[in-house]
Amino acid sequence: MDYFAQQAINAVQLGSIYALIALGYSMVYGVLVMINFAHGDVFMVSSFFCFLLLLVAPVPFAVALVVVMLATAILGVCIERLAYRPLRNAPRVSAIITALGCGLVIQNTTLSLSPYSQRMPELLKPVVWKFGGVSVSSLQVLIVGISVALMLGLDFFIRKTRYGMAMRAISMDRITVPLMGIPTNAIISMTFALGGALGGAAGVLYGMAYPVIGASMGVLVGWKAFVAAVIGGIGNVRGAVLGGYLLGAVEVFTVTVLPSTYRDLVSYSLLLIILIFKPYGLLGRPAVQKV
Amino acid sequence: MSAQPLLQTRNVTQRFGGLTAVSDFSLEVAEGHAHGIIGPNGAGKTTAFNLITGIYKPTEGDILFRGKPITGLRPDEIARRGIGRTFQNIRLFRDLSVLDNVRIASDSRSRYSWPGAMVQLPSARREEKQTIGACEELLEQFGLAEVARERAGGLPYGSQRRLEIARAMALKPSLLLLDEPAAGMNSAETLKLVEFLGWLRDHFSVTMLLIEHHMQLVMTFCDRITVLDFGATIAEGGPEDIRTNAKVIEAYLGEEPDEG
Amino acid sequence: MLRLDRPPSRGLLLALLAAVLASCFAIEQFGLVDDYIRFILITLGINVILCVSLNLVNGWMGEFSVGHAGFMALGAYLSACVSVKWLGGANPLWMFPLAVISGGLAAGVVGFLLGLLSFKTRGDYLAIITLAFLMIVKSGIENISYVGGPRGFLGIGNETSLPWTAAWTILTLWAIRNLVYSRFGRAIVAVREDEIAATAMGVDTRKAKLVAFVVSSFFGGVAGALFAHQLQFINPGSFDIVKSTEILVMVYLGGIGSIAGSVLGATVFTVLTQVLQPLGTWRMVIMPLLLVMLMLFRPRGIMGLREWSWFVPRREFEEKEKSS
Repeated sequence: MDYFAQQAINAVQLGSIYALIALGYSMVYGVLVMINFAHGDVFMVSSFFCFLLLLVAPVPFAVALVVVMLATAILGVCIERLAYRPLRNAPRVSAIITALGCGLVIQNTTLSLSPYSQRMPELLKPVVWKFGGVSVSSLQVLIVGISVALMLGLDFFIRKTRYGMAMRAISMDRITVPLMGIPTNAIISMTFALGGALGGAAGVLYGMAYPVIGASMGVLVGWKAFVAAVIGGIGNVRGAVLGGYLLGAVEVFTVTVLPSTYRDLVSYSLLLIILIFKPYGLLGRPAVQKV
Repeated sequence: MSAQPLLQTRNVTQRFGGLTAVSDFSLEVAEGHAHGIIGPNGAGKTTAFNLITGIYKPTEGDILFRGKPITGLRPDEIARRGIGRTFQNIRLFRDLSVLDNVRIASDSRSRYSWPGAMVQLPSARREEKQTIGACEELLEQFGLAEVARERAGGLPYGSQRRLEIARAMALKPSLLLLDEPAAGMNSAETLKLVEFLGWLRDHFSVTMLLIEHHMQLVMTFCDRITVLDFGATIAEGGPEDIRTNAKVIEAYLGEEPDEG
Repeated sequence: MLRLDRPPSRGLLLALLAAVLASCFAIEQFGLVDDYIRFILITLGINVILCVSLNLVNGWMGEFSVGHAGFMALGAYLSACVSVKWLGGANPLWMFPLAVISGGLAAGVVGFLLGLLSFKTRGDYLAIITLAFLMIVKSGIENISYVGGPRGFLGIGNETSLPWTAAWTILTLWAIRNLVYSRFGRAIVAVREDEIAATAMGVDTRKAKLVAFVVSSFFGGVAGALFAHQLQFINPGSFDIVKSTEILVMVYLGGIGSIAGSVLGATVFTVLTQVLQPLGTWRMVIMPLLLVMLMLFRPRGIMGLREWSWFVPRREFEEKEKSS
């Protein structure tokens, strides 16, 4: 029972990180109907931003978090402006390929600059609390706490502010929304900034939880978050969170019963099975086609 | 002379969630006739077409073609049985050539297998040559032979409409469904269309079911007319009966029946 | 008379192909080129097969499959099992083609399943399903110790010779060319253009999708088999998203829906890979950057949807002349 509880805590931690990254994928898909394949690598590079920052100036955790979130937000917007906006009206395939290309550029530039993985300097000295046979580290609490706070903040933003409403409007009808005086380009850039910021937070938190970071993190972790977003129903913010925690749980508990080489197999098989029975993800809904 | 109707729909109802698009739609089209479906916008006319051609499955009711049920069959199965159609907003394969558009419909009559195609079996080559020949002849009849190799999307509007009909005819259908063939045409063009439809009916011996808003076309060309409003059939009969029917006039809210 | 804007006569074409095959035999037999060039030529052939087979689904059918490396993996591993573990000592003259075909069939069967999934799913979601498929194949193989798991499969025979590669490349191009210019090719394109209109015109769209996926995956498996018997060592890492992306680059570079485009894309890619070799990992920064540039300025690729007349069947021209 203790072991189960311990693993559950790990699952919530991993799930929080997946959810933060998954939100980036879902928000962009919501407003642009585009899979931002570069997002996983943006997450990866944000860990490196944090690493570089700490190398240059050992700032406290809160500062590092804010700086990295800002930097990643800017990166996200840059990619959108340079690579995606010119292709707004091009065939769908071009955008996907460009995203893939951008991701590869980021991944391999990082790989070329840092062929070996790096160790993230310690940002906090964790305190460990014990409850019976279960130990909880303050780090884990922090990670989950910050993630949940950010998610709630995003939810509030989307549901209660004008900008959030504009985002939701654009996700429903990209053509007529600009005709109503909503600055679509600005809102779309804002979406990328938000997604980037959350991905940046995830990068910092991930680096604290699993201090060895490498260029392949984008594919290994980032793409898992994409799977999570799709499982939950891509384009759906609640779905991203659901998918994130679901995938986190599946992965952590899979590794308790099967060898770790089965982890990816199970995750992707779960995705396939869910898509076979619910082709738009757990909370997703299809677009209606008029004949 | 009371042969069974070519097409028969019996109490067909189509519901999309809470919306009833078509209710209790019962229609009989006799072989060799031209049957019109009219009604205000949103009356369910195109939905009726989509039901007959298998794009939707009716929530209730059956559809019979030559006495045999076709309810629930896939659209391509229904097309192969001899029902061809055009679309309200021309749905040509715009990036393909005129010839290829027609060939795709004509292909449904070929039999060769895909491995046979890949190794160029003589039977495959023979059927391909036959298809090309048949399609070229068809394009000749429709006055489109000159543009056979042109991109379909580049044709003028009128030619595109003609091509869409030619494509449907490549199926060698016994029933042709035309969805607003006169859309966007002025009176002069509409008259020529009536001639053209008459030629179609006689030359190919095809039965026709038309959706139209152009009253002069419907009144001069159709043998029988069904009127829909809000998914329900409010009248059915010959042109004269419909022209003077009070419910029909009311449904059009004061619009004169013989306005173009 | 040799013209570049008309397909050559059948006699001339056969003579040309015979000359190509004969030269390959000669090169192989007498060692007329050094090992490096030979390796590149074989890689080129394999890349052409990969490119034109993926083009069937991504180009002609207009979908976005990222899973092609998975079919390669299936073909590679199954053919290796056949040639190393099951028919180990047999005469390669009949054993090797059998191994390659088995690899293709294994991939084809799985392609069929993927095709079934494509009935109800299109576009982005189908792309995601192909991604899931790729990852499942890769991690599935990692967990099968019979074929070496993550460490890989060693000791595969060096069967992929220049003549064999040329033969398979020519066969693939010919077969896919024939398919594309048949009623099935037209059906596949109709599915891309407008699936609803296609069904209304009697096209069995489900069959079209199955044919596209099965043929595409079969030749993907063939390429994988040739690949395995060229490198003599394969591991799951060779068939990951990077590999799939390389094939995507070839397709979108050379031109979607074009056989000449596929050959062009594969050639340019193979050459570029070698030319950029000294750059090390920076090579994989330059390549995707070029790809992004390409998407910004020429999204359909160099030969997008256009064809070189030599690949077009002669009957398409005879009637072209008639109508002009």
